[in-house]
Amino acid sequence: MAPPLIALDRIGKSFDGERSFAIRHVDLTVERGAFLALVGGSGAGKSTLLKIINRLIEPDEGQVRLDGRAAKDRPAAELRRGIGYVFQGVGLFPHMSVGENIATVPRLLGWARGEIEARVGELLDLVGLPRDYAARPPDALSGGQQQRIGIARALAARPPIMLMDEPFGALDPLTRASLGESYRALHDRLGLTTVMVTHDIQEAVLLADRMAVMKDGRLLAVGEPAGLTASSDPDVAALLDAPRRQAARVAARLDGRHG
Amino acid sequence: MDDSLAAAWRLLPGALTGHVLLSASALMFGLILSLPLAVLASRHAQVRWPVLALASLVQTVPSLALLALFYPLLLALSAVIRPILGHALPALGFLPSLLALTLYSMLPILRNGVAGLTGIDPDVLEAADGVGMTAPQKLWQVQAPLAAPVVMAGVRTAAVWTIGAATLSTAVGQSSLGDYIFSGLQTENWVYVLFGCAASALLALAADQLLGLIEAGARRRDGRRIALGAAGLVLGVCAAVAPGALAQLHAPARSYVIGAKNFSEQFTLAALIGDRLRADGAGVSVKQGLGSAVIFRALAAGDLDVYVDYTGTLWTNVLGRNDTPPPQVMLTELKRELAARYGVVLLGPLGFENAYALAMRGDRAKALAVGSIADLEPRAPDLVLGSDLEFLSRPEWAALKSAYGLSFRAQRSYSPTFMYGALADGEADVISAFSSDGRIAADGLTVLSDPKHAIPSYDAVLLISPRRAHDERLRRALLPLIGAIRIETMRQANLMVDRDRDKRTPAQAAAFLETAR
Repeated sequence: MAPPLIALDRIGKSFDGERSFAIRHVDLTVERGAFLALVGGSGAGKSTLLKIINRLIEPDEGQVRLDGRAAKDRPAAELRRGIGYVFQGVGLFPHMSVGENIATVPRLLGWARGEIEARVGELLDLVGLPRDYAARPPDALSGGQQQRIGIARALAARPPIMLMDEPFGALDPLTRASLGESYRALHDRLGLTTVMVTHDIQEAVLLADRMAVMKDGRLLAVGEPAGLTASSDPDVAALLDAPRRQAARVAARLDGRHG
Repeated sequence: MDDSLAAAWRLLPGALTGHVLLSASALMFGLILSLPLAVLASRHAQVRWPVLALASLVQTVPSLALLALFYPLLLALSAVIRPILGHALPALGFLPSLLALTLYSMLPILRNGVAGLTGIDPDVLEAADGVGMTAPQKLWQVQAPLAAPVVMAGVRTAAVWTIGAATLSTAVGQSSLGDYIFSGLQTENWVYVLFGCAASALLALAADQLLGLIEAGARRRDGRRIALGAAGLVLGVCAAVAPGALAQLHAPARSYVIGAKNFSEQFTLAALIGDRLRADGAGVSVKQGLGSAVIFRALAAGDLDVYVDYTGTLWTNVLGRNDTPPPQVMLTELKRELAARYGVVLLGPLGFENAYALAMRGDRAKALAVGSIADLEPRAPDLVLGSDLEFLSRPEWAALKSAYGLSFRAQRSYSPTFMYGALADGEADVISAFSSDGRIAADGLTVLSDPKHAIPSYDAVLLISPRRAHDERLRRALLPLIGAIRIETMRQANLMVDRDRDKRTPAQAAAFLETAR
């Protein structure tokens, strides 16, 4: 049997900084093609765990294996070129055009010029933006369009894995919903393996196949959303029930009832 | 006026070349040192503080003092290095100026470099890590272009500072646009002073505009502007350096360096020596505006080949003696001691004396019935002493004070020209005059006699550096000057340069000396 694409073995991390949250012995596997949402409150350790996968943060204990190989055996920069990374801040390079931003990883990998140009056009199609946007500066784009470029940049060198840290967190609700759906479609079409950190349970339930719930650096539960609602852990059950209760209250208010 | 302007134009190639070469190299070295330091300081807070504090500290040292400090520093270093390398470091001229100005240019570049690098949006840096850039790739592809506009603004500031401060390098013997300012100030040649200021300001303005073009280019990511600005800078430096460099190329290989202290008589005598050497086909350069202590050591170290000093100055300052033997004894002993201790050749006296003397306005001396320094003693507590910049710290003043028990109400220092002005205005009652000064007769001053012979004699003598000790051409050019300049002739020449109306340049006064001797 093929090894899981991502495997975290007893990962531990302690920060001696001002915010001393930690990761405590987390074991987690993500199969090829899976869409996993990492959920939990602020300070639960979701982002830290995500960044340990592409070595933006090094763990103090345990190891990360990608496709069966230990991540720490490869140079960090080279490893990251093979993993898409999208985050809330987007971080488009302001001194480069949209096209140059998208072409970053192929350029680092030394692709031929013609190949890079063709790929940039392909990616703009893929994220639903006109090809002539390639020549524009990033700050001429709306927030949603910028994050589409962020996704295109992450996908440029056809990485099998996408790591996303609150990717749609800074967008307005409508843009957020539509971009989330577009990304899910891309995930399926390209056969990606995605780990997405979000504090929005509704988004996690709607987009992900599996959810991992974290609290205080611990992994409380992992499973399909439907299965987790019946979890024996009261924290997990409450978390999963939150969108349903919220939806009910929203519906009540919109109907003129006070709930 | 027209004469002065024409003379100023003639000196421009040399001064401009020196100035541009010095400022451009200092700025370049400043950049080369500051940029890596700025990168280091932006990454490590524990480096940032000491680096910026040190750069600020350098900035608080007055630029003239910074330039002056490198002279003893290089002399000391030279003493250490000489046995290893086999030759000495030049302690005057280009090297100390370059070092001081390089240090001086670093603060704005460092400060803006650190601000530019630490001011980058952290999201952009996270993205650079996230896409898999190595640390050097991140630096060159992301941090450098984003910090460039801020860094360039710092470079502009540094350029303007450096070009301005380079005018002061004249004081340590580097030829620069400051040559006009220093000599103009000494000889009250305001055309020269203005010419030097205007040239240096125009240069700073031009550099600022071209660097501004590069800064704008970096800000708007416009390669054309950057290329245009850079091309302008390169062309400008080449154009400014070319005339002086060509002259250097065509100059005879064996070029003599003539030193001059910071007053008119010295400028004139340096011009006279230069004219004589040039007439013999030799190449000549002049380092002027040097202090009494610096100039002898520069000669002994070989940074200068020849200059005129005064026996009394050498006696007290160099030999450290405070007795006052008769002139002939002093001359003989100096000749022997300077040769024995420093290898310096005292070729001989020029024939006139330029002694320190206390002088008063004629009417004032008459009114107070003061004819000698001894008469001055009871009056001194009510009077103000005006001196040149070095007199009060010289041993002669200490000798005078102790011999006559002088104690003035106040003591003020002036550059020599302003000192005579202060006496005329009544701002000072007694001044430390120079006996060869034409203004003594012209202004009707009374020179106070020195009955106790506290001040030694000050015969002007030609000194030659150890490495030119047996130089036939130099001797051929200089020997006819020995005993050839009478005090009246020298006073007349000095007055030509120092008077307010119908002013002549030191070069013209030198020509007069040549015909009058």
